[in-house]
Amino acid sequence: MVAMVSKPHGGRLVRRRATGKRLEALREEAKELPKIELPYDIAVDVENIANGVFSPLEGFLVQEDYLHVLYDMRLSNDVPWTIPIVLDVDPDEIVGVKEGDDVALTYNGKPIAVMRVEEIYGWDKKEYAKMVYKTTDTRHPGVAKTLEKKELLIGGPIDLIDHIESRFEKYLLWPEETRVLFREKGWKTIVGFQTRNAPHRGHEYVQKAALTFTDGLFINPLVGWKKKGDFKDEVILAAYEALIKHYYPKDVVVLAVLRTAMRYAGPREAIHHAILRKNFGCTHFIVGRDHAGVGNFYGPYEAWDIFDEFPDLGITPLFIREAFYCKKCGGMVNAKICPHGEEHRLKISGTKIREMLKKGEKPPEYMMRPEVAEAILRFDNPFVE
Amino acid sequence: MSEKEKTRSRYTTVSIPVTLYNRIKELIKGTGFTSVSQYVTYVLREIIAAHEEARYTEPFSEEDKKRIIEKLKKLGYL
Amino acid sequence: MSEDKVTIKISKDVYEKAKQYIEKYGGFNSVEELVEFVLNEALSEEQGEAQRVYSKEEEEKVKERLRALGYI
Ligand SMILES: [Zn+2]
Repeated sequence: MVAMVSKPHGGRLVRRRATGKRLEALREEAKELPKIELPYDIAVDVENIANGVFSPLEGFLVQEDYLHVLYDMRLSNDVPWTIPIVLDVDPDEIVGVKEGDDVALTYNGKPIAVMRVEEIYGWDKKEYAKMVYKTTDTRHPGVAKTLEKKELLIGGPIDLIDHIESRFEKYLLWPEETRVLFREKGWKTIVGFQTRNAPHRGHEYVQKAALTFTDGLFINPLVGWKKKGDFKDEVILAAYEALIKHYYPKDVVVLAVLRTAMRYAGPREAIHHAILRKNFGCTHFIVGRDHAGVGNFYGPYEAWDIFDEFPDLGITPLFIREAFYCKKCGGMVNAKICPHGEEHRLKISGTKIREMLKKGEKPPEYMMRPEVAEAILRFDNPFVE
Repeated sequence: MSEKEKTRSRYTTVSIPVTLYNRIKELIKGTGFTSVSQYVTYVLREIIAAHEEARYTEPFSEEDKKRIIEKLKKLGYL
Repeated sequence: MSEDKVTIKISKDVYEKAKQYIEKYGGFNSVEELVEFVLNEALSEEQGEAQRVYSKEEEEKVKERLRALGYI
């Protein structure tokens, strides 16, 4: 495989963490500024912006970029971008705030960033839903969340002045850190893996298929808000630690978390996920079947097809088919490399695995590694209630 | 003007020889590209991205790098 | 001398990007020149691929043989 330079999206890694004298000054200033309290999802994205995870974004989208992203899936300078990163506010939250003013963004009452309000504008939430989620059906979790948002958007650059503590500090790496890490390890090609699940044999298969021809694997679970019944974040991490310890060679894997919300925007979110991993330094990205999908809102391969529209994405998607165990082949395979009929195949079902674990049972080995199951079962309740 | 039209009106034109146009039209038949415009947009993006990709240096100072490596060691990544 | 031309629509953003690209790396006097160049490249690539080392009849013969052998 050709060694590539992994360039941040848009050409430059954004850094908008205030430091030194400027940090002191901004912290002082923030005390006096009008305040906008952020929900957790948006607060962590502020920190993501400041640390370059969303490069080239330096803040929340202004209207021109917002509309471009909505209709063209690109910023106004033509750089691919598929999920609008916007900040919604109520008119009464910003009484007296004019374009050009600074405001303090707070989380739990504490200022975490100063934002220069470049623009205040209205938006059409239904249109947002239609374009981003391809539906206005409120049974779609992303649509429901969008329609509940506030009436105005404000756009402009941010400067981070405080860190939001994580329960997983040890696993919290930023793009400049992973980039140094990958280079120190001597990796030239790195494949990124997006997940919000504890790993079963199917995940392991897909990761190893990719790792067969890349130097390193970057496993990057999303942590934060989850649906009831999902694996808890600490469980996912413990499960991966067990898998890596027992089934991966030394020094081919990096495990770190990313705090950002799932949008369930299917194809658009697949591109978004790829862009974020490009910023972390990945050269390749595994795109699952129905990646970031929910229910039956997207076709199984829509998240693969959309990559055709981005010859300039700068990260190579890897489309690897779902794995299953074939008794005839005697191992984990996928439909492209196994000629045998359904009667020989054992499907790996996430639902089934969760059901068994819920009852305290270990799933069969072809579904989940025993060490991984044990790590999960060590928790009193591994699932979100 | 609707929101959609606002961004959609942001087009410009380029002229190319008729023969070239016709040959490209022939070329993209059955490829999924629906117009010469769409094809031109695609190849322009592709070629510019490919060229830009090769020119990039990491923005870290040596100091940054040292600090990052210290942290990575402390966390057990290195 | 001057050949008939057709105008095609492209997004202003892409046009701007192309213009910046030319300013930075040179080699072309206008976006139009760049467009012509990449399109001609695409054509010659395509021709290279499809350029028959053999004629239509010869290709048909090859296919026949592949069919006879059960490959297609
Ligand atoms: Zn088989």
